[in-house]
Amino acid sequence: MLRIQIITIIANILFILYISRLIVKGKLREEYAIVWIICTVFLMVFSFWTDGLELLRKVTGVVVAANLVFTGFIFAILIYLLHLSVVASKLYNDNKKLGQEIALLKEEFNKHLESKK
Amino acid sequence: MPGKILIVIPCYNEEASLPLLLPGLLATTLPQGYQLEALIVNDCSKDNTSAVAKKHKATVIDLPVNLGIGGAVQTGILYARDNGFDMAIQLDGDGQHPPKELPKLINHHLETGANVVIGSRFLEKEGFQSSFARRMGIKYFHWVNLLLTGQQIYDSTSGFRLFDRKAIELASIYYPDEYPEPESLVVFSKAGLKVAEVAVVMAARQGGQSSIRSFGSLYYCFKVSLAMFFSFIRKL
Repeated sequence: MLRIQIITIIANILFILYISRLIVKGKLREEYAIVWIICTVFLMVFSFWTDGLELLRKVTGVVVAANLVFTGFIFAILIYLLHLSVVASKLYNDNKKLGQEIALLKEEFNKHLESKK
Repeated sequence: MPGKILIVIPCYNEEASLPLLLPGLLATTLPQGYQLEALIVNDCSKDNTSAVAKKHKATVIDLPVNLGIGGAVQTGILYARDNGFDMAIQLDGDGQHPPKELPKLINHHLETGANVVIGSRFLEKEGFQSSFARRMGIKYFHWVNLLLTGQQIYDSTSGFRLFDRKAIELASIYYPDEYPEPESLVVFSKAGLKVAEVAVVMAARQGGQSSIRSFGSLYYCFKVSLAMFFSFIRKL
């Protein structure tokens, strides 16, 4: 086994342990963890299967294997960032509605209290 | 036909100008039969806006998180809808919009039946006219509005505006968050509401700071143009 393989495998294991820890502690929701787990699995497969990358390179016709890795990952990251922007926008809207609702209720509640006095 | 009018005042750190604004507002003579309630929407101010407003007999809604001007105005609109107000009039908390100009908006609505009436400082070019750069920006939005809605609105960034029941219903469902003024006009026009302008005299702000400054203005123009375009193509 090559030294670089050992390093990536250890890094992968540490990464997956960290993700698990975040989920267990409730800091990461499972639906967002999926994409990270898939990434790790992907990396793990290619850590063991060193010829795989060369095969993919030939299939896609890319000249340098490293470029394939970069292009693939940058694309995946962009898509995921876009997804996160969508999530943030939805959260903003929900937050706004909640804030408004709470503020209106609080006002009504105070009015009610005062009328009882 | 008597009615209830809600004055919606979105406020962020306006403790300095409210003591000048509120007494004048509550003493305003309205057309016969109309009653007025002043509503301060306190958008998470860091000063004593809320306490000062309560002292001056205004209803106060304290937002638990900062929503920005659009979210604050919409909160006031929701209050107007839920409490059966016939009209809501948005007015800036910084004293730019003198309360004595209120009847002009109301009368214009009563005369023309317009669903949204904007107090415009450019129709008669009296009073505070804003800086040159800002007037250019406003002119630009005039053209964008003309292009998208086919309506001539000369002061589309004015935050001095009246909403009737129909406009309240619509704005309570959709009102833009950030820099909402020009964009909301696209929404209103698309929904078939009648938007009109009436000449008012505005003052320079008496305290606080504008949310649109220096570098932000370029972002403002771009963001609002984008928002207007998407409001134009979006299904209501």
